[in-house]
Amino acid sequence: MSDSNINMVAPPEGVTGEGFFATKLNDVVGLARANSLWPLPFATSCCGIEFMATMASHYDLARFGSERVSFSPRQADMLMVMGTISKKMGPILRQVYEQMAEPRWVIAVGACASSGGIFDTYSVLQGIDKVIPVDVYVPGCPPRPEQILDGVMKLQELVKSESVRRRSSPEYQELLASYNIQ
Amino acid sequence: MALETIEIQDKLIETFGENVFNFNQEKDIFSLEVASDKITAVILFLKNDPILRFHFLTDLCGIHYPDNEVDRQFAIVYHLHNWYENKRIKIKAFINGEKPEIKTISNIFLSSNWMERETYDFYGVNFIGHPQLKRILNMDEMISFPMRKEFPLEDSGRTDKDDRFFGRTTTNC
Amino acid sequence: MSELLLPPEHRYAKIIEQKLNDEGSELSVLNLGPTHPATHGIFQNVLLMDGERILEAEPTIGYIHRAFEKIAENRPFYQITPLTDRMNYCSSPINNMGWWMTLEKLLDIEVPKRAQYLRVIVMELARITDHIICNSILGVDTGAYTGFLYVFQFREKIYEIYEEICGARLTTNMGRIGGFERDWSEAAFKKLDIFLEEFPIAWKEFENLFERNRIFIDRTVNVGPISAEQAMAYGFTGPNLRAAGVDYDVRVAQPYSSYEDFDFIVPVGKSGDTYDRFCVRNAEVWESLSIIRQALAKMPEGNVFHAEVPDYYLPPKEDVYTNMESLIYHFKIVMGEVPVPVAEIYHPVEGGNGELGFYLVTDGSRTPYRLHFRRPCFIYYQAYPEMIKGAMLSDAIVILSSLNVIAGELDA
Repeated sequence: MSDSNINMVAPPEGVTGEGFFATKLNDVVGLARANSLWPLPFATSCCGIEFMATMASHYDLARFGSERVSFSPRQADMLMVMGTISKKMGPILRQVYEQMAEPRWVIAVGACASSGGIFDTYSVLQGIDKVIPVDVYVPGCPPRPEQILDGVMKLQELVKSESVRRRSSPEYQELLASYNIQ
Repeated sequence: MALETIEIQDKLIETFGENVFNFNQEKDIFSLEVASDKITAVILFLKNDPILRFHFLTDLCGIHYPDNEVDRQFAIVYHLHNWYENKRIKIKAFINGEKPEIKTISNIFLSSNWMERETYDFYGVNFIGHPQLKRILNMDEMISFPMRKEFPLEDSGRTDKDDRFFGRTTTNC
Repeated sequence: MSELLLPPEHRYAKIIEQKLNDEGSELSVLNLGPTHPATHGIFQNVLLMDGERILEAEPTIGYIHRAFEKIAENRPFYQITPLTDRMNYCSSPINNMGWWMTLEKLLDIEVPKRAQYLRVIVMELARITDHIICNSILGVDTGAYTGFLYVFQFREKIYEIYEEICGARLTTNMGRIGGFERDWSEAAFKKLDIFLEEFPIAWKEFENLFERNRIFIDRTVNVGPISAEQAMAYGFTGPNLRAAGVDYDVRVAQPYSSYEDFDFIVPVGKSGDTYDRFCVRNAEVWESLSIIRQALAKMPEGNVFHAEVPDYYLPPKEDVYTNMESLIYHFKIVMGEVPVPVAEIYHPVEGGNGELGFYLVTDGSRTPYRLHFRRPCFIYYQAYPEMIKGAMLSDAIVILSSLNVIAGELDA
């Protein structure tokens, strides 16, 4: 380990003593979650090709703890919606989101997923936040792999600072209720 | 010897008389118009004739002309291609705007199956005899035909874009 | 009402019952897609299965229908290029160039030789990226992830060349009516040279990894074959048709952008199965490389990169700010005050997947009256249910990825 240039993630703030380390549960859980986000790629179009580049050797999303691409929504933590979502696709996206277990996060990659992009038409959903809540938006048409990575890192920040109680808070329930989810 | 357009024209006129007309060389494509009730016969002839041999259907699509008289409000455009002689031909058939229907060619060219479904989806043209004439790209629940000129591009029910911020009012867009 | 108009389950229920009564065997219905990880895109197929074997399939498409043709009727010509990018996003430059050539045919513009050669180079690069994706993903689907990681590096190299040419990676929006928006930089040519040196080695290794690979051969030979007659009836074009043994290639049949100046062969397969499709694409990559080399060697001297058509060629932005004449032309082009003939044009190019056609109807206004794209994927994907009939479920995935169906092109 010593001669390689692997960066270990820094421990959270806490009190170190002889044989113990005290910190907040929140921080430990956040740290663990943030560095092992399993992505569920929901790739429909062009941005999906850039995601392939992100996954491949040159950009390598695996460096951020997302080596394991989870194609099953049940085991995924982060839903990455890449590409245009049409109105025909909307209900399916929503179903996939509902199948994911809490805690779950969503990244809208690209202009189409964020806002409908250049396709302001009768058949395209004008942003996936019409059907599911979104945590991080990545702009670009399509975004470069660096931008996608940046989006993932932004999400990691969110995950790190998230309270372990957030998912059972009334605000969160209200948010889901506003999307008519369960 | 290469297939000359005049030869195609002569053969078609000889067989179909007044049902084929408006022969025209548009840039590199020879085009003609066909009376819509004769379309299957003409295409079958073009495909099976030992000299013409237009055996490949390149493309099929519709066009909407809402300003034409009612009998010519929709056009179905067929692009055929003869690979032996490398000759392309474009056939247009105009159909009625109120009751758009034309015979299917899906029994002549398998590939036209989905192209006709797409044309139905976009324009509501009824292809008589098509085995599976249902929507292909849009949702089954949709009732209008989006490529008709009167249909707006943007979703009329959208709430995310406020027209005031785009300088649009009901009169100027 | 015909059975085919109902959801496929209705039709399948009868077959299942009949089979149960006749032979006592139980069939099952499997819904593959729309978001199945193995299908690389949004395709739904409702399959009727006898164990692992597929008896019937019914595809549903349109999950990313974006209404390109409707948008095109509302946009001036220059604004349609971004739409063509997003059709076959694996090889956007071919789509861009096809669109410019359609307009040049409409407006009778002669493009200078050098610009034509530059176009050929970028189109062949695009073909290489397309085939890299298709073949490496076919490898992934048959369990060979290594090849994908290996050649994807070189896609990045091609993207870097694109970036030098136009500034974008994937959706390039490259070119103008009459040529390119700027001359290629020296760095572009340098990167191209490096690519031409390094890529063949990697591609050779990639080929060696697969071509005689026992597992790969077992998974692909005689999987999803299609006869030449059948392929032509279904409107196949491009590598998928050539794999069935028909040497139809738009580059040869109707040369555009000076393809007639180059010497290349059109590789054909025999049986039209998955292995042949793989090999044809492989061979086409070699041909593309050879065309690029020839184009570089024959490149005319000078730095002409566009035709002198100020009425249609959008002037460079810095001139628009400083030069009166450019400003006027810019205004005229953007506001659609330039003359456009009333005509109907069909222009085909050889896209990554086959004959990509643009059927343009103009009425003299700034927007097309009707623009129809002949999307090769859309036309040949209808043969898919026929091709997977009788195949194993795992083969259906391999056949799909060897057909290289691009969702953006399929659904328009």
